[in-house]
Amino acid sequence: MPIPHYLPHSSLQQLFEALTEDGYAIVGPQAKENRIDFGEIRNTAELPWGIGLIQDAGASQLVDGPKNRCFAWANGPQAMKPLLFAPREPLWQIRHGKNGYVVDAINPETRRLAVIGLRPCDLSALRIQDQHFLEGQYPDSHYGARREGLLVIAVNCTHPAATCFCASTGDGPGAKESFDIALTEDDNGFVVETGSPEGEQILARLALKEALSTQMETAADNLRNAASSQRRSLVSDNLRDVLMSRLDHPHWDEVAERCLACGNCTAVCPTCFCHAEIEEASLGGNHSLHSREWDSCFGERHGYIHGKQLRPEIKQRYRQWLTHKLATWHDQFGRSGCVGCGRCIACCPVGIDITEEAAALLK
Amino acid sequence: MINPHPPHLARIIDRVQESDDIFTLRLRFNDPSIQSAYEFKPGQFNMVYLPGAGEVPISLSSDPDQKDSFFHTIRVAGRVTKGIDKLGIGDEIGIRGPYGQGWPLESAEGKDVIIVTGGLGCAPVVAVIHYVLKRRERFRRLVILQGVKHSHDLIWRASYERWAQAPDTQVLIAANATEAIWPWHIGTPIDLVQQADFDSANAVSMICGPEGMIVAAAKSLTERGLPEADIHVSLERNMQCGLGLCGHCQLGDKFLCKDGPVFAYPEVKFLLERGGL
Ligand code: SF4
Ligand code: SF4
Ligand code: FES
Repeated sequence: MPIPHYLPHSSLQQLFEALTEDGYAIVGPQAKENRIDFGEIRNTAELPWGIGLIQDAGASQLVDGPKNRCFAWANGPQAMKPLLFAPREPLWQIRHGKNGYVVDAINPETRRLAVIGLRPCDLSALRIQDQHFLEGQYPDSHYGARREGLLVIAVNCTHPAATCFCASTGDGPGAKESFDIALTEDDNGFVVETGSPEGEQILARLALKEALSTQMETAADNLRNAASSQRRSLVSDNLRDVLMSRLDHPHWDEVAERCLACGNCTAVCPTCFCHAEIEEASLGGNHSLHSREWDSCFGERHGYIHGKQLRPEIKQRYRQWLTHKLATWHDQFGRSGCVGCGRCIACCPVGIDITEEAAALLK
Repeated sequence: MINPHPPHLARIIDRVQESDDIFTLRLRFNDPSIQSAYEFKPGQFNMVYLPGAGEVPISLSSDPDQKDSFFHTIRVAGRVTKGIDKLGIGDEIGIRGPYGQGWPLESAEGKDVIIVTGGLGCAPVVAVIHYVLKRRERFRRLVILQGVKHSHDLIWRASYERWAQAPDTQVLIAANATEAIWPWHIGTPIDLVQQADFDSANAVSMICGPEGMIVAAAKSLTERGLPEADIHVSLERNMQCGLGLCGHCQLGDKFLCKDGPVFAYPEVKFLLERGGL
């Protein structure tokens, strides 16, 4: 384990410059329209300094936070997922050639991204998405091309939201793996750890001092407090057998009465991977574009086959989402599909709470 | 990393109208090196692409040893298949595959083979019938149980009559409704399991059709003493990628496109009996 160093806030811009020198485009969080959004940034001044975030079931609001912090919030609706698994992207096109059709594969244009501000839950979700898109029989070349140049600068969570429950799922609030650099913020800067040779190589150029033991203790304290401040929790055991034996539990009907089947939860969930393939023929009929876009098991087209819906009722769709996430995910990926980020709770227009629904189903 | 998404072009080299809404296409990849490298097992499927319309999963219906071309038997069931129906010899479509797990034909050798199908022109198992008849000596009895809604839905009627004459082959057909001249049973394929002649200690069953029928057929076969592990079923879902990526083919913990579409019955029994998942 390399020795932790200390990166004062005043040197953060140097880190940005080192990344830029290495050819990375930097993506990080910004405060936008009452939420935290990830986008390209060049200057540390663009980070959400002095911003706090209050989240609860169906609610999310930016507020004033500690002036000298830029990571005093938990998360926004999206972070890593759309950067690797594009919300919509073309896969191929077909056109008329001289002797018949011609198929052109469309490969994405990619840049090396350095993403700063990913949370430990985002890293766990990234690991799951890697497993899904890259480790099967047919690795996805689009995801793979974007993943290749990725540099991960994680920021441990010192300010979880009321919706967060990563401590109970074991995914946070401190990052253990899957990062190149991990930061823990205090009032003056960050305790920095590296998790890869790339991360070390970049930090080596910043001439940082080793972190003092007091600085490391503060960081550890902050993370311990972050964990103990979490009020929501999900039973951490493998819920597969118990949920699959409760497919007729009356609580499914109860949730279905509230659920609008809008699909917000699947869109913001960092582990959901479903997508639909769509075809758009040009008006002149000369060519046709085949694309894919995010889809949701709450939507009409997900379970459509031969003119029929496999899951016509909202109850069946909510059950698909929850049993996939918390039960059958274990068979597919060797762990639960929930990393405790709380996004689906904050972004649900009617405030449906996965931790409460799971608890009710276990009763 | 190889881009797994784009299809390869193939040309229709023959077309047979099997019934009002079922047709068979004989296809060959435009690129001879793709055609010669192409190998599949009965029960596997291709994503068949109609330019400008989209893709549909269709199982392969030809013999895997036929290397110069391959067949798809297609029922007009939606927008894409309706468009493919309008194509003729010489027209091009896109193909990618084969995907998924096929029927366990090697382990069926030396055993009775019981085929149960319901619904219209069940191409996945017709491929097995042809496969077994062509390699007759490797298998013991061949029992074909076919159920249709109405007698006029029975495609390949002449084939069934021919198969019924083959040695060690029993063909039992049932229709829920019939026209005047119907020499076969009236009812469901489940009724037929009682009349099937097989050695339950040394048999393999392969079933495809609506999920309700699969469950009922598996139940009556196990009542006749066939172990559940010797029953294999082919399932359908809204497969959009065939690659294990898009998530539309999930049934419980299974991705039908890669873990199936053919499963040993115990793997999916709970999910099928449960229904609505
Ligand atoms: S299920 Fe909800 S809390 Fe769990 S990872 Fe997905 S969005 Fe986050
Ligand atoms: S089936 Fe539903 S819960 Fe599972 S990955 Fe797809 S959208 Fe998410
Ligand atoms: S068809 Fe896309 S995952 Fe199976």
